[in-house]
Amino acid sequence: MSTVKSSSTGHHHAHHYESADHEYQSSKQGVWLFLCTEILMFGGLFVGYAIFHHLFPETFKVGSKFTDVRYGATNTVVLLASSLSMALGIYYNQIRDKNKAVMALLFTLLCGVIFMVIKYLEYSHKIHLGLMPGDWYRGNAEELAQYVGGLEIPKNLPLYFSFYFMMTGLHGIHVLVGMGLITWVTIRTARGEFGPEYYTPVEGVGLFWHLVDLVWIYLFPLLYLVS
Amino acid sequence: MATATAHHENSNYLNHEKGLWSWLTTLDHKRIGLLYFITVALFFLVGGIFALLIRTELYSVGETIMTAEQYARVMTYHGAVMVFLVIIPGIPAFLGNFFLPIQIGAKDVAFPRLNLLSWYCLLLGAGIALTSLFFGGADTGWTFYTPYSIKHSPAVICMALGVFVAGFSSILTGLNFVVTTHKLRAPGMTMNRIPLFVWALYSTAIIQVLATPVLGITVLLLAAENIFGIGFFDPALGGDPVLFQHFFWFYSHPAVYIMILPAFGVISELITTFARKTIFGYTAIAYSSLAIAAVSFFVWGHHMFVSGQSEFAGIVFSFLTMLVGVPTAIKLFNWMATLYKGSINLSAPMLYALGFMFLFTIGGVTGIFLATIATDVHFHDTYFVVAHFHYVMVGGTLMSIMGGIFYWFPKMFGRLCNDAWARVSFVFIFVGFNVTFFPQFVLGSLGMPRRYFDYLPEFQHLNRISTIGSYLIGIGFIVGLITIIHGLLKGEKSGPNPWGGKTLEWTTASPPPHENFLTTPVVTAGPYEYR
Amino acid sequence: MAHGTHEHHIIPLKTYWTVFAALIFLTVVTVAAAQIDFGALNALVAFGIASVKASLVLGIFMHLKYDNMMNRVIIGSGVFFLLLFWFFSIIDIVTRIPQNSTL
Repeated sequence: MSTVKSSSTGHHHAHHYESADHEYQSSKQGVWLFLCTEILMFGGLFVGYAIFHHLFPETFKVGSKFTDVRYGATNTVVLLASSLSMALGIYYNQIRDKNKAVMALLFTLLCGVIFMVIKYLEYSHKIHLGLMPGDWYRGNAEELAQYVGGLEIPKNLPLYFSFYFMMTGLHGIHVLVGMGLITWVTIRTARGEFGPEYYTPVEGVGLFWHLVDLVWIYLFPLLYLVS
Repeated sequence: MATATAHHENSNYLNHEKGLWSWLTTLDHKRIGLLYFITVALFFLVGGIFALLIRTELYSVGETIMTAEQYARVMTYHGAVMVFLVIIPGIPAFLGNFFLPIQIGAKDVAFPRLNLLSWYCLLLGAGIALTSLFFGGADTGWTFYTPYSIKHSPAVICMALGVFVAGFSSILTGLNFVVTTHKLRAPGMTMNRIPLFVWALYSTAIIQVLATPVLGITVLLLAAENIFGIGFFDPALGGDPVLFQHFFWFYSHPAVYIMILPAFGVISELITTFARKTIFGYTAIAYSSLAIAAVSFFVWGHHMFVSGQSEFAGIVFSFLTMLVGVPTAIKLFNWMATLYKGSINLSAPMLYALGFMFLFTIGGVTGIFLATIATDVHFHDTYFVVAHFHYVMVGGTLMSIMGGIFYWFPKMFGRLCNDAWARVSFVFIFVGFNVTFFPQFVLGSLGMPRRYFDYLPEFQHLNRISTIGSYLIGIGFIVGLITIIHGLLKGEKSGPNPWGGKTLEWTTASPPPHENFLTTPVVTAGPYEYR
Repeated sequence: MAHGTHEHHIIPLKTYWTVFAALIFLTVVTVAAAQIDFGALNALVAFGIASVKASLVLGIFMHLKYDNMMNRVIIGSGVFFLLLFWFFSIIDIVTRIPQNSTL
């Protein structure tokens, strides 16, 4: 695969494409197809959640009492802010404002870090109480009952924490991957490799990051606000 | 865009770059296709040896060559290797990778790096899955049904993670094909002019993108179930083992069409070329591929009629399953109409195509028996089911892979295979196949259950016939392999179009140059303009 | 092959900030709505608000509103097949003969 330098834009595009725009549109379609696979993969967990929530509403209700809405809401705002700054990172690349683009991308990265720190605090709180998935569950029913104001602790409470850790864990892995990708495009932006005529990698990483945000938009009410 | 590199008279993709390293880092879709060919052929050899071991064990009543525990493992690896490492990548990643871009007049697939990555994903996945052998091997069957598969078995964890990684291979291939078909068609190559093989691969790619992620999460959950005991599929925590089957078959039923749709595509090419006649019902065949892809997502519950699924869901799935027959029959009838009054040339590829039609029809029609709840209750988990899906997967997919290899061999390597020996391989495979699997229909309807290493004495005669048939298939594939190797080394030189094909790959040199065409082709007519 | 224009659509800054404000507002609404009991509609309300937020992100942040049809079809089919998966699994679960659970 060789690259062709187009005289008008100064950007290289792969030889099997006709033009830079052709390559941009194709790459973007590829990213959307990838996002489609992500939706279906997370979707498996959402379908499982829907079924077991239907079968054991009490388990999910009690389980959600152990999550802290303040943490969840903060993380939602953090991710929304990161989504905004990611979109701005693309915007500033589109108008060739390198410094602002780098600032926006660094802010996105910072939000990712904050998100993971809060996640860490939440996880350590749950692990401290013994609220682990399945076999690793070490919760003491009496102690836990006090914690939720005397509600009866369902026998299969570990199932809720299986969902909690599987869903947030898979999401957390995506956040980490996204942070790695953002670091990569930030460096390339800082080197001045992008401009209005070529910013495909930033666009692609941006789409991925927004998807991570989208998943969280649904996870937040499902895990923190189950009534 | 003009091709910048000067093409030497004999320059082609095989000698464009030299050395093993150039193959392992190649971004050329044709070379990646051949890498897949070698890999899939090796896995097929492994899976085939397992198959012969199974049949040898079943030659006589009682323990013949292995214990029940060993048998369960051999059966598991036969299924897992053949499904995940042979039939699923078989046609799309090998023949599809090689010919999809050429048939639409493109220089390469849309994302060559992802294409190479997909091959490494397959290797890595296979490697991870095989480490399960160090833990005594998995004995769950390739379907990993819960609750048996969630007993904290490290072997199952390895298999699950291996399948997860191999799944990326399938997703990346599918993603690449969708974008390539959408975006890289040559000027004049409208969607109504793309060859039917491309239509079939395109439909397959849609399933690969939409279904494989669900397999990904399913095997991740399976691994988590073995590591943490998360309880989704474990009744002790209120989980539901049958839910695993929903998750599994939401992927694995559409996956059956990942296996067979590309085979339909190959057959469409073979029938029209060797009947020397414009394909009958191009549009119907093209859209029936899409229809099969769509319907495949509505029918997975027919694997679960006796597994504890609700009666209501069973009835719904049974009804919907019948729908699959419609687009499938459309294809078969159109192929027959194409043959009608054609000048039929019975070269080896055409024999494989006709063999496919015969065997696939039997496989398809017995599928109706199994889609009907009342009869499925009797046939479920018997050899009838084994015979049915082997008629579809082997009689369908493997026959068409062989036909496709012999058809495109001159294009891929610039040499001809010995047609007489290719026909001999067909005769052995075709006869051997029927001898192996037809008795299994009878055995199944008599009630012989599948998956066991032993059976009642009255089933011995038919089992012996079946085992002898399997050896005939083995001989057929060995003859086929020798024919291919002989063709590679000593085959007669072939011109660009030995069969008189009309699709774009026959307009370029054999073997094709590095970027497929010296000048980008301009398409002015449909793919099969014979008369 | 049809190509879009070489000029990519640039969404004005103001739109991004407005959407961000709307998303924060809807997050507050989600939390507030969770304190009110709508009975059986609880899940539907939460899901409805989340979906409004999701479509804002998809439409503006991910530029789908200004993108070509194919990318919308791709993401739409992802959602459609997910719903299909959910639908057929749940009809099995809800139509089974009730078992007496020990849980």
